[in-house]
Amino acid sequence: MSTTYIGTPASRVDGPAKVTGQAKYAADYNVPGLLYGAVLSSTIAKGRIRRIDTRAARAVPGVVDVLTHENRPKMAENDKAWKDDVAPEKGSPFRPLGDDRVLFNEQPVAFVIAEDWETARFAATLIEIEYQNDHGQTDLEAARAKAFVVPKPEKPRGDAAKAFASAEIKHDAEYFIPTEHHNPMELFASTAVWEEGGKLTVYEKTQGVQNVQRFLCNVFGLKSENVKVMSPYMGGGFGAGLRPQYQVVLAVLGAIATKRPVRLVLTRQQMYGLGYRPATIERLRLGAKRDGSLDAMMHDATAVTSSFEQFSRNDTGWGDLLYKAPNSKHTHKLAMLDVPTSSDMRAPGAATGVYALESAMDELAVALKMDPVELRLRCYSDKDQNENLPYTSKNLRECYEQGAQAFGWEKRNPAPRSMRDGSELVGWGMATGVWEALQMPAAVRIALSANGHAEISCAASDIGTGTYTIMAQVAAEMLGLPIENVSIRLGDSSLPNTPVEGGSWMAATVSHAILVTANEIKGDLLAAAKKINGSPLAHENPEDVVLSDGSIMSRKNPSRTVRIVEAMREAGLDRIEKEKTHQFEQVKGYVHNTHSAVFAEVKIDEEIGVIRVTRVVNAVAAGRILNPKTAGSQILGGVVWGIGMALHEETAYDHRFGRIMNANIAEYHVPAHADIHDIQVIFVDEPDGRVNPFGIKGVGEIGIVGAAAAIANAIYHATGVRVRDLPITLDKLNR
Amino acid sequence: MINFDYVRATDVADAIRKISATPTAKFIAGGTNLVDLMKDDVERPKTLIDISRLPLDKVEKTASGGLRIGALVPNSDLSYHPLIASQYPVLASAIQAGASQQLRNMASTGGNLLQRTRCAYFYDTATSCNKRSPGSGCSALEGLNRIHAILGWSPSCIAVHPSDMCVALAMLEAKVHVSGPDGAREIAFADFHRLPGETPHVDTNLGAHEIITAVELPPQGFARHHTYIKIRDRLSYAFALIAVAVGLEMEGDSIREARFALGGVAHKPWRSSEAEAALAGQKASRENFEKAAAIFLRDAKGFAHNGFKIDLARRAIVRALTQAAHGTPQVQAIKKLR
Repeated sequence: MSTTYIGTPASRVDGPAKVTGQAKYAADYNVPGLLYGAVLSSTIAKGRIRRIDTRAARAVPGVVDVLTHENRPKMAENDKAWKDDVAPEKGSPFRPLGDDRVLFNEQPVAFVIAEDWETARFAATLIEIEYQNDHGQTDLEAARAKAFVVPKPEKPRGDAAKAFASAEIKHDAEYFIPTEHHNPMELFASTAVWEEGGKLTVYEKTQGVQNVQRFLCNVFGLKSENVKVMSPYMGGGFGAGLRPQYQVVLAVLGAIATKRPVRLVLTRQQMYGLGYRPATIERLRLGAKRDGSLDAMMHDATAVTSSFEQFSRNDTGWGDLLYKAPNSKHTHKLAMLDVPTSSDMRAPGAATGVYALESAMDELAVALKMDPVELRLRCYSDKDQNENLPYTSKNLRECYEQGAQAFGWEKRNPAPRSMRDGSELVGWGMATGVWEALQMPAAVRIALSANGHAEISCAASDIGTGTYTIMAQVAAEMLGLPIENVSIRLGDSSLPNTPVEGGSWMAATVSHAILVTANEIKGDLLAAAKKINGSPLAHENPEDVVLSDGSIMSRKNPSRTVRIVEAMREAGLDRIEKEKTHQFEQVKGYVHNTHSAVFAEVKIDEEIGVIRVTRVVNAVAAGRILNPKTAGSQILGGVVWGIGMALHEETAYDHRFGRIMNANIAEYHVPAHADIHDIQVIFVDEPDGRVNPFGIKGVGEIGIVGAAAAIANAIYHATGVRVRDLPITLDKLNR
Repeated sequence: MINFDYVRATDVADAIRKISATPTAKFIAGGTNLVDLMKDDVERPKTLIDISRLPLDKVEKTASGGLRIGALVPNSDLSYHPLIASQYPVLASAIQAGASQQLRNMASTGGNLLQRTRCAYFYDTATSCNKRSPGSGCSALEGLNRIHAILGWSPSCIAVHPSDMCVALAMLEAKVHVSGPDGAREIAFADFHRLPGETPHVDTNLGAHEIITAVELPPQGFARHHTYIKIRDRLSYAFALIAVAVGLEMEGDSIREARFALGGVAHKPWRSSEAEAALAGQKASRENFEKAAAIFLRDAKGFAHNGFKIDLARRAIVRALTQAAHGTPQVQAIKKLR
């Protein structure tokens, strides 16, 4: 398929609005009479509020109301109402100001509403609380023995324990990933505004406006037609905004209590009272023959969730997709701690599970004295052994080849500590990445005007990934219009139905919704074109014409065309508007995944242990790439995050108090510019006619998967020291 | 955050008058640390006295051949000042190793001396901390103490001073000029910051109503043989685990005078006259550097999470002395250690 826009490195269509400040975020909407909220957060991890005294706060001039569990407006009392679209199946979702129980540190316990933010914040400091402190548990290691098994899709194959016991080469080790927080740039914020007729509009930071809209209707017993949720722009989500967060409940509570518009912006510290990537202990047991073929794989994960909900993703089982092994058995356990419910965070499950798997594969390669790429090729699986199904496409071999070549892997001396650059040890490591290629049903509306301008709209959020841009590209392509003539409206719950933005599914999801809706438009245009006297398209069927270059054009005979504007004028049409839902069903008989091979170079000062990640090559096979520029940025961002995961990120708890002691972005480290060097992204060609008509697989998450393992493996190669608990700080090397 | 009054001082005398009249007041210059502490309710000044417009922003030569740096000279300006870059490059380097460009643009020379520790318990009012709330206890002793002191600590407080600039100033033996109700005086840099002892809430020997007016550098700037190296958990914008400022005066490959100060190890920049004396008159050799480092760290003692600092400090001292002796100082923009 020759294309004009699809596959081109178009710059972000929302870029100018963002860099000029025109793009408005949840806390940017100003309305007359706006009130400002401030949250008082708990300072214990578990217990009860014995007494709460808000009199001094209420006495502050400018304070309009102080809400607590004792005086808040009514909220739903059944768990079902509190279960948003992506809530964990099991458990009782957190209800802010629900009752006197404290379930985690930084839990909101009072909400001050005032005429200005400074007053609200000041008044919050005057609230007196007496707690019954039941001393919560926040330590995964301490709670490990009480962890329970949660069911996962993968089934045991053969007898893994027996095969492992009798394997020629065994690797058995435990890996640890600490709790990590998303730390998006934009703070979570909501502005709840009353409109005429008692309708409520909520400007919200979320990855799914319709999810929040349904949730608010359920929690507050509001009619759907009376609630609108808007989130046209988002300053970073990464999974943190999949579920409605407590600030939106408080903002609406405040608006109900005061009958005025209310804005609440959380503080950076309060952002650490939301979801997070759960701390996870991963045990990997690999049994192999001397030739590198695997006999047994066992992957056991134990992850953190809250005391009230069971959140888990798939850490285990990725090995069944990647590596042939006749015997396999995995378990996934959850430990309930006195913390908020863990949540999705970029490649949930895979970022952690594949870190452990790919570190273990590296250790196995060392034990086998085999090149790590060679080992992976030896074990390469052409099917998902869990499902016993082939892939719609899997060009992982090409990822290994092209990545290794771009990196210069063949020059690697396999011996640890064998490569150096002056005072620095040099390490080269690699890892495989794997993620899902998902798609959801979704609708879009296309309104084509007689002047040749089209507006495409749906409720989807662009969380910064480039959804606006790729939608404009696909729509311009499908409608045969210049991209400048296409405008996109997103992030409004009243627009056509789309799922939350997550799981890397949005590109495939909205592109196909545009495809089917544009086909409807095309049908109407052809009908209009046929009405022209002596129409050159008089005998064409809809499937035999395309929209191209502003015209309806015969496929067979491209000289037969009718200008779109002409057809609409002739038919007396000012506007053609269509809304179609793409009822997507995943292809049967195949599994669908994205893959990558990550190669990393580290340079480590031999005497001091200072670690620099000097080069990363990430070769990705993810089907059709709609926009190499925005897709490349997704992979770059994933690699940067992988560097942070490997070297920097850790939410530090003092378990005596159950408190996070680095709840700020000075002390919670993410990579600084100085930590980032050369990162090369390669998109391996991967035509895939099975996964969906466009062959789109999605790239939002694959970039991080494997990155931390590649770096950890490079650090081992440089130093001969294997650090299995992240982050790899220099003190762990010098132990 | 607690509401506060805001006033501006018109001159130094007015600033002293105002702070004497309002015991709960604080001076504010760049505010890069104070405002954060106010947001976290750690500092609750009733009044802020803005001194940022006082005419203390000059870098001037002194009669003795040194430099007098006004207390309000921004960290960025100071680090790029031609006289600092040429005569005191170790100071320029140390400043550039600290914080971020944006913070250095705002932060003042005097304020840098007065910044508070980064101990997490000091910032979290839900925990006890003797520095924040005297007598409440030290949560770091048996808590998260990876970044904490290995020298000079007391059971009351194991926090470290976070400044990079001060480590270089300690090595350079700067003097701190202060003014108060009883007039002006100088404080030797080594006497400016205090060890925690039983009074960790008092960071410095600056009087309650005194203001820093200038920092004076003596003529000796070790421009030929110096370095500043900073070891931290990421390559920029992180506080030091260990920092070393070195100044050497060399005669051939022998050391005539050696000075080195460490950051990230104590409640104040730490020096050891014994360790420095052990290098005087000696060859600049790894063996001698190791000896000096061993003397320096003889009394070092760590806690559950920061024991690694002792060996890391040893290695860092040896490396820094090597860099300085070779005349190959660390360049802060280059993250590879030389």
